[in-house]
This record gives sequence, C-alpha cells and structure tokens, in this order.
Amino acid sequence: MSARVGVVQFPGTNCEQDVVWAFEQLGARAEILWHGDATTRGADAVVLPGGFAHGDYLRTGAIARFSPVMRAVAEHAAAGGPVIGICNGFQVLCEAHLLPGALQRNAGMRFLCETVEVRVETTTTPLTRLARPGQVLRIPINHFEGNYVCDAATLARLRDEDRVVVRYVDNPNGSLDDIAGVCNEGRNVVGLMPHPERASDALLGSADGLVMLRSVLAAVGVPA
Amino acid sequence: MHRVTDAPPDTRPDATAAGEPLHRRLGMTDDELAAVVAELGREPTELELAMYSVMWSEHCSYKSSRVHLKRFPTDAPWVLVGPGEGAGVVDVGDGLAVAVRIESHNHPSAVEPYQGAATGVGGIIRDVFSMGARPIALMDPLRFGPLDDPRTRYLFEGVVAGISGYGNAVGVPTVGGEVVFDGTYRDNPLVNVLCLGILPKERLVLARAEGEGNLAVLLGAATGRDGIGGASVLASAGFGEGSEAKRPSVQVGDPFEEKRLIEACLELLGRGLAVGVQDLGAAGLSCAASETAAAAGMGMDVDVARVARREPGMNPVEVMTSESQERMLAIVEPGDLDAVLELARRWEVRATVVGRVTGTKRFRVYDGWFDAIGVPGANPPPPPGDAPPEVSSDRTPLADVPAGSLGDGPVYERPLARPAGHDARLAADPAPVLRERVPPGADLGGELLALLATPTIADKSWVWRQYDHQLFLNTVVGPGGDAALLRVKGTSKAIALATDGKARFCRLDPRTGGRLVVLEAARNVACVGARPLALVNCLNFGNPEHPEVMWQFSEVVDGMSEACRALRIPVIGGNVSFYNESRGADIDPTPVVGVVGLVEDLTDAPPGAELAPGRRDRRARRDAPGARRLRVGGGRARLRRRRAPRGRPRARRRAARARRGPGGRARGDRRARRVRRRPRGRAGGDGVRRGGGLPGAARRRRVHAGRGVVLRVGVAGRGGRRPRRGGRRAGPGPGRGRAGRRGRGGGRRPPARDRGVRRRARRGARRLARRDPPRPRRALTGGAAGQRGGLRPARSSHATTSAADSAGVRPDVSTRISGCAGGS
Repeated sequence: MSARVGVVQFPGTNCEQDVVWAFEQLGARAEILWHGDATTRGADAVVLPGGFAHGDYLRTGAIARFSPVMRAVAEHAAAGGPVIGICNGFQVLCEAHLLPGALQRNAGMRFLCETVEVRVETTTTPLTRLARPGQVLRIPINHFEGNYVCDAATLARLRDEDRVVVRYVDNPNGSLDDIAGVCNEGRNVVGLMPHPERASDALLGSADGLVMLRSVLAAVGVPA
Repeated sequence: MHRVTDAPPDTRPDATAAGEPLHRRLGMTDDELAAVVAELGREPTELELAMYSVMWSEHCSYKSSRVHLKRFPTDAPWVLVGPGEGAGVVDVGDGLAVAVRIESHNHPSAVEPYQGAATGVGGIIRDVFSMGARPIALMDPLRFGPLDDPRTRYLFEGVVAGISGYGNAVGVPTVGGEVVFDGTYRDNPLVNVLCLGILPKERLVLARAEGEGNLAVLLGAATGRDGIGGASVLASAGFGEGSEAKRPSVQVGDPFEEKRLIEACLELLGRGLAVGVQDLGAAGLSCAASETAAAAGMGMDVDVARVARREPGMNPVEVMTSESQERMLAIVEPGDLDAVLELARRWEVRATVVGRVTGTKRFRVYDGWFDAIGVPGANPPPPPGDAPPEVSSDRTPLADVPAGSLGDGPVYERPLARPAGHDARLAADPAPVLRERVPPGADLGGELLALLATPTIADKSWVWRQYDHQLFLNTVVGPGGDAALLRVKGTSKAIALATDGKARFCRLDPRTGGRLVVLEAARNVACVGARPLALVNCLNFGNPEHPEVMWQFSEVVDGMSEACRALRIPVIGGNVSFYNESRGADIDPTPVVGVVGLVEDLTDAPPGAELAPGRRDRRARRDAPGARRLRVGGGRARLRRRRAPRGRPRARRRAARARRGPGGRARGDRRARRVRRRPRGRAGGDGVRRGGGLPGAARRRRVHAGRGVVLRVGVAGRGGRRPRRGGRRAGPGPGRGRAGRRGRGGGRRPPARDRGVRRRARRGARRLARRDPPRPRRALTGGAAGQRGGLRPARSSHATTSAADSAGVRPDVSTRISGCAGGS
C-alpha cells in the first residue's frame, strides 16, 4: 500500500505536476486536489506546491486561503496529518495562519531562481525526519517573496521550540534569522521556500531534495 | 505565414492630418483601397476599411517580405506543420511533437518596456498552446543600445522585469536567450521571444473553423481599447467621436488570466471539445475569426454584441480590431457547447459564443443579431455605463467581405539596392589598423580584459536569475550555456534549443551573416549533443521602403536558406519585423534564429567545457606566448588582485543584510562594515536600486562591475559556491568554461576519481574533433569543477567599447582565456 499524497491546485499554481512527478518517482500515489473542492480525499499527506495561486494578486496567498480546500487542509492539519507548503504553498499556509510569520519581498527586490544551500535544523518534522541534523542540502529557490518575517516574540518561540526547520547557509533573500522553513507547534505543518521537488534528480543538478520527499512518505508510515 | 506583431511607427509626416481620406489615415495606399473596392464591388464600410487596413498592414500581411520568404526550405519528413500556422511543429518520435515559434515585440517594448516584453511573452505562448502544445520553454533574444545610456538601462531593466514578471507567473520556464548591447539599437531595442511546446501528436490542432453551424467561442479576457490599431493609425483617427476616448496604448498583460487560459484550452483540446483554436493577436477578432474561416474554406458570422467589453462606449470597429491580450477563439460543435462553458467556468475563464461557421465563405459582422435569431449563448452584460445592446432579427451586416480576402493582402516586390560603399567595406583590410593599434609583441592583457568587460560578453546571470528556468523538472542545461537542454519525461529523449543573432556580420555582408547565424545556432545545439531538427527565425530589419534594407533582407534570406539547405534544417516558422530605426538610421540587419535539436538518448548531462583541458593543455598553456604576455602585462599579482575575491552575489546579500541593520544576524556587523566600504555612490540605504538598477549600480559599484564581467572562466559551483580559501589556486581555473556551474564544490582539488572523468572527456573531445556524434556523459559529480576565480577588469565594465566591436570574437576569447589565463 503506497502512501497517498494530495497536491493542492489553485488557479495559478504551477508546480503541482512537478510535485506529483517527484513523489511518484518514489513510489507514492499522488493526486491533484482542486482548490474548489473542500476535501483532501483521504490523502495521507497534503502538499501545497509552488506557483502563483490566484495570480498572487492582492498579496501572495491572500486569496488562496479562502478556497474551500483550505478548510479541509486545516482539518487535516488539526488531526495531525502532515501538511507541507512549498514556496507559494508556504505563503498560503502563513496567510491561513497554519504557520506563523509572513513572507515579504526579497531584500534585493528581485525575483531569484537559483540553487542555494540550506541546513537542516531539526529532524522532528515530517519533512526532515530522514535527514541528519545539520545536513546541508542544495535545493533551488524560485521566488520574489521569500523574505521571512515575524515579530520578536514569535521568533523567540520558534527558536526555543526548535521550530526553524531549515536555514539558508547563505541568506539569499534577507530572511529573518536565515529562516528558509518553519513548522507549527504540532510539528506536522511545515512550510519552506526552497523547492525539494526541483532537487529530485541528479540529472537536473541535485537530488538533495529527495531526503525531504522521502521523509514525508516515511512520516505517513511508508518505508523509504 | 509569417506574422509581424509589432506596429511600425507611422513614418508619414502628416498621417494624422485632418482632411485626409480615411483609408490614408488608416495607413492604406490609394492602390490598396482600389483593390478593396475591386474585391467588394463597392465602397467599403467603415468597419470593412478598418479591418482591411489592419489585415493588410505590413505586419499582418508580410506584403514586403513574402516574395523573399518563399525561398526558405521548409520541408523535411519530420515537419508536421510548417510556416503559416500559429507555430511550426515537428515530430520527435514516441508519439510526441514539438511546437515552436518566435516573434518580435520590439516597438511596444520601446514604448513601455515592462508591458511590451510581458505581452510579447503572452502572445508567443498563446501561439504555441493554440496548436494543442503545452508551452514548456521560453527564450528571449534581447538587443539594446549601449548600457551606459540611461534610457537603455531603463529599457533593459523593464524588459527583463516584464519577462520575469509574466513568464514566471504564467508558469513557463525561461531557459535561455541572448542579451546584446550595441549602438545600432539605441532607440529601438529588439525584444524577440521564442516559445517551445510539446504535445502528443494526436492532440495537434490547427486553427480551422470547420463544420457549418459550429460555434466560435471567445475565451479569456474582456475586450478593451488597449492596442487598438497597433497596426495602423486607427487610434488617432476620428470616426466621428472625440479623440480622447481612443486611447492608443500598449496592451497590458495579465499572466494569471493567461495561465487559466492555457489550462482551459489544453483541457478543451485534450478532451476533444474543440475542432480548432486560434489566438487573438494583431488585428484581434477580425484576424482570428476570418483566418480560421478562410483556412477551412468556410465563412463566419460574428456578432460584436456578444463580445464582453472592458469599458463603455466601444464601437464595433474598436471591438473587432482591439488587441486586448489573453483571448482565444475556439471553434466548437454545438453539442459540446455546454461542456465547453462548464470547463471555462471551472477555470474561471470568460466564454461567450461570438460567431458561427457558415457555408457562405463570407466574413460578416453584425451588432445585436445573434440573440434575436437564436444562436446559442447570450449577450454578456454590458460594462458599467453602457446600455444593453439593442437586439433585432432584422440587421444588415456592418461588414460583409469574402473571408479569404482579409488574409490575402497585397504582395510587394520592393526595389533592392546594394548600399553605396558596401564593396569598399568588404574590400577593406583591417590588418594595418590592427597592427598599428596592437604592434607585434604588444601586451594584450588589457585588451582582453576590456573585451571581457563589454556587457555583451559579460556574464548574464543577473538577467536569468530573475527567470524561473527550472519549472517542469526538465532543464538539464539551463541559461548561460551554449544551448538549453530539456529532457522529455517518459522518454529517453531531450530537446535542445538555442537562439542566436549576428547582426554585425550581417551588416558587413548580409549573405555571409545569414549563413553564419544559422550555423552558429546549429553548432550551439550540437554542443549539447543534439541533432538540429528545425529552425524558426525572427527577421528584424529597418525600413522596407529603403532599397538598401530590402537588399539586406533578400541577401540574408538567401544566406540563411543556403545554410539551412546545407545542414538540412527546415524553416518551420518565423516573423518579420520591419521599420526598426534608430535616430533616422536603419538598424543593422538582425536576423535571429532559434534552432530546435533532438537528443535521441539522453542518459547523462552533456559534458561541460570544463572537462576539456588535460595535462597536455596545461603544458601548452604554460608555454604559450600569450600566457607570458598576459603575465608580464597584468602581472600575476595584479591578476590576483583583480580576481573576484568574494562571491559577488554574496557581497550583495551582505550589503542587503547590512542595510537591514541589527535585525539581521550578529555576524553581519563585521560584514556590513566591509561592504559599506565597497559601494560607491550608493544613495540611501533603503535597498531600492536607483537610476538604472543593477546596470546603474554596476557603474557605481566596482563590485558589480566585476560580477558583470564574466570571467566565468573558472567560476565554479552552481550559483556560486565559494571555495575554501586555502584550497584555491592562485589563478583562475584553466579553461574551465561556463559549464562549471554544474560542478560542485568549486575550489577543491579534483578528487582522484574525477581524473577518469577528465580522461573520458578528452576522449570525447577527440571524438568530437573526428566529427563523430557526441556521446553525452554525466558532468562532474563531485569536485572537478573549475576553480572559482575570475578577473576583475581594470576599468569599469560599462565604459568600454560597444558590444558590436566584440560580438564576433567571442569564441576566440574563450580560447585565449583557457590558453593564457590559467596555470599562473
């Protein structure tokens, strides 16, 4: 029985097929969850992929959080199910208050598409459980709004509770405390700006993202 | 058919003068009007005249170029669709086909760089998915004036931002392109855009309005006044109303609308719900509706009342000729209409039935007729401020013309003339001048660095880091290489794609230049191991009314045709952009070609250039006289000093961090001090780039000047990973070229296992030399990448000679770099 991964598609999402493909390469069953349907269709794990949900109009993720599927995603998260937000998905999760903080424009005020190094800061999340603490992964970023911010109290909590999941080795976008990804209190909802699915094949330059994808599958009880 | 989408500037001095007959104000000659009258057997109506003027304009009708374009070879067994459709399509086996098209958006980009470039991207994408192909790659060959010109920097930044803003959001990766700076493009930048799509062969559709009674459904954005008469001077004509209401404007792009349109149309075609699809580009609905009908040998009735409008007070002429973006016309069978509308609703795409296919072979336009006679669908609600359209079953058409006549414009054989002084230019021998400038034994180090510092040669990662070039997980080789290489998932194949232009050669000798540009693109595709399959071209030229320009055009076409025949590469599509003039002078003839290649069996990434040098090369380098000269001139110490000592992106990030102040990390303080010392003339600390953005900043900040100057000669590590300091060699890595980006762990000495890789690579190089087919091999998997290094030019990168002076010597430069800069 392979794991079932639900990949949410909003209008304007564009990485959904990439995420599906990457998970299927690992033997998982991945299916698209349409934003207008208020159900996760029994998926073991839910991924909100990258792209420009609703054109990123108004503010990244600001409209997507109202899509019916987000109610189901929140229920899935409340029940402890893994929810991973990648890039635009991370932005949506922040807007939906499933994760703390917000993502603002890059410090350089330019879109950035490049491979960066990120360091795994905690391995007690569904995204990193198979990684080594401190492991450095080379994973592409692809965003204009990846500059993570939160207030001082939130940052202190994130640090105290070990909820910074990945940090940039060399901060490309001005993120507070080099944060590339965080998780919620329950540690089952994780958002990150880098795209692990883009680092899923050495032919394309890096396979370092596979450990994250495998971790998600392992988190729902499928041997990696 | 070649189509030109950008509007030529109106060159007639009194185009808008009142009192001129309407047809002249619309850009038509008296002879052309006479042809229309002969066609119709009567005087045309206002709407008819407007439609003919746009459809018969140079950029829709190719009236000046058509006689020459016929000379391109267009046939090959693998060509499924040649020139004349939305995009050319070639069979790549495994039941798959590739659609490709290139187009110019020069004039809109000169007026409004962001939207001009953005809508150029949007238009070319629609051309490709209208064939049923999913767009998977964009390329942008760009040409600007000298970078030290403030307006050029404005245009350059705007165009790059437009491509980035639209291309990224619409979800099509930009995998390559070119950036050239040359005085010839000072007031007239060239923004060419290429799109490649892939499709299962059975999904291939053509823009045909087949089947009497079928319905034409307009999908996508509401129709506004944007881009009206982009082709003619319509917008400044009166039509009996106040002229302020006719805002001439560059079209405005909405990538989110386009993204939904892509998904909706591909689903439509995938489910077999449309018999034909056509995008609305130049000449808007007039063109799309009449062309689809004419292509099928049918007629079509259109009701403008069915067209959703963005603003009040639009008249039928405006509705029919508007060039509002993100609109498609789908021909559907009546029985499928409900499914089509439901699908459109799901994708939040507006859909209205605006036409129906008839057997009359006439193209007729009505206003308020369909609702009365029971054509499926209904008039959309009017825009705020407009009353609902009146409806009647007793309507005479506003236009009634033979459907084929709009697309069957005049053909001109314009006079050709060899430019005066051309022979003298060809006969000129530059050797004495060069000898004087560079006497034998002279130190060429400075020349080399100056050359490398020219923006045209310099590293372009500032540009392509702003483009998503990885989406769809296909990009085996991305921007910055000779050609892009995209794997085709589910097969062992890969598609290679390269764009090239060689305007300077074409100015010197158009025929030779035409040959060379084809050869260069084909070679670039071969460099990633692909066999060239097909070519598309974008022919950017000056004013066709100048006989010298037409001569250049004709010669270039002949040169390109010769090369295509020799290499057996069919031309499957193209675009002609005339009237490119700068300060009264025609631009250099600038044919830009895109070549698509196929790798049958991709097992590994192609080897990078960094694999080429071996021990023998090192010895040769040490002994090369050039090496010594460079050392004597520049001096090792100086070279070391000039070497980019810190990763440029890093410096910038540190600067950003420093600007953020204490909110950053503690370590930032020390770095901040260092950075603060470096920028010069940077105004304010608010993180906003001023005056020309990076190019501007680069002039002020030597840091960036260094980054701008390639010297990727040895730059290693994708994205610029910094090597450990101790492990770095004194000089830049020997001859490790651009492909160094694929290596990891730049700066470390290659581990032993990689020596085998290098041996194999040398063998590969020898095989290449024997003209055997290249056998791609995986690039380095660890450590053998080039040393991070690089030189900084002795002077600002932007104060140097124009790019044209150096465009032709690029290959030599890289040779010389590997020949002399390394091993010091």
